[in-house]
Amino acid sequence: MLNTIARFLYHYVFKRSSTFTLGAVISAMYFERAYDDACEYIFETMNKGRLWKDIKHRYEK
Amino acid sequence: MALLLSKNYFSFQIKRCFQRQQFSGVYTWYGIEWKCGKRILRNVLSVLVGASATCGAFLYFLDRSVQAMGHIAHLPSYPWDFEGYLTSLDHSAVRRGWQVYRTICHTCHSLRYVRFMDLIDVSHTKDEVKAIAAEYEIQDGPDEEGNYYMRPGRLSDLLPPPFPNEEAARAANFGAYPPDLTYIIFTRRNGRNYIFSLLTGWTEPPAGISLSDQQYFNIYFPGNIISMAQMLVGGVVEYDDGTPSTTSQMAKDIVAFLSWTSSQEFDERKRMFIKGMGISVILLASIAYCKRFVWSHLRSGQIMYVPKEKY
Repeated sequence: MLNTIARFLYHYVFKRSSTFTLGAVISAMYFERAYDDACEYIFETMNKGRLWKDIKHRYEK
Repeated sequence: MALLLSKNYFSFQIKRCFQRQQFSGVYTWYGIEWKCGKRILRNVLSVLVGASATCGAFLYFLDRSVQAMGHIAHLPSYPWDFEGYLTSLDHSAVRRGWQVYRTICHTCHSLRYVRFMDLIDVSHTKDEVKAIAAEYEIQDGPDEEGNYYMRPGRLSDLLPPPFPNEEAARAANFGAYPPDLTYIIFTRRNGRNYIFSLLTGWTEPPAGISLSDQQYFNIYFPGNIISMAQMLVGGVVEYDDGTPSTTSQMAKDIVAFLSWTSSQEFDERKRMFIKGMGISVILLASIAYCKRFVWSHLRSGQIMYVPKEKY
């Protein structure tokens, strides 16, 4: 299974510079989104009840 | 002749090489330079550590003795809940602090580097901030006839100072100038603890100190005689979330609020800390792997120099 994935990746992504670059750009985009969401989740879990989004329901009509 | 040998080849010879290196004419860096370098490194490190520890202790005790000679009361360290590496400001405290500022501090102290719109989504909703801004009168102009006029505040306005200039402020406050509060946390050493202690530090003057009518005694103010009376008396502010407004509660809230005004990027900084540390951990792991990978043939190899004995 792992071997198949590695072979697939090699043939379609890593083998040519053009696909490799494209793969780097796309994976950077998705990595950044996932990473930002993960960090935001950590931050909000650490500060539960202290942030503006936790208290704003009291003041919004 | 320089050889690059693998460790497997070399290991059974290595002991013999050590013993024979003086007279056999085979020189390797294994065990010679490394040992020597290790010794030098250890000596240098111990000298550095010793010198810095001595200097540090000397400076520390010198500084302590100078501090002990001063007449300023030592500040207690309060456990501010937002001073952790990952903890944000408590935004309900910031909101209460704004109420304290608006009700009490604003009569004398300006907050001239804060805009109304900065409060949006920090402590107030947009509609609330619009209502707050409309309570202020802001000078604007010139209009078509060249006159300046007053208009209600807008979101993009800076908070108007209570006095037009320093002279007016001094004249209204018996010669004392109420400082701008925007960056006050940073302009005083140990700012948060200082502001909190100052705001809760008014006492009766001890025997032997006489004060005029406009002077008050505060143990944490440098020189102890301050021109600001104790304004944060319990119950002055009516908090809209129902928190009882004791003196220390108001002082704590105003410190949280002023921490926000002095560094409005406070929460963003904590977020960036998490992100930066995470990226650093990932990079460190990958760099460590790369380094081991690239250097592995050198770790397992040995450079040996065998000079020619006969020509």
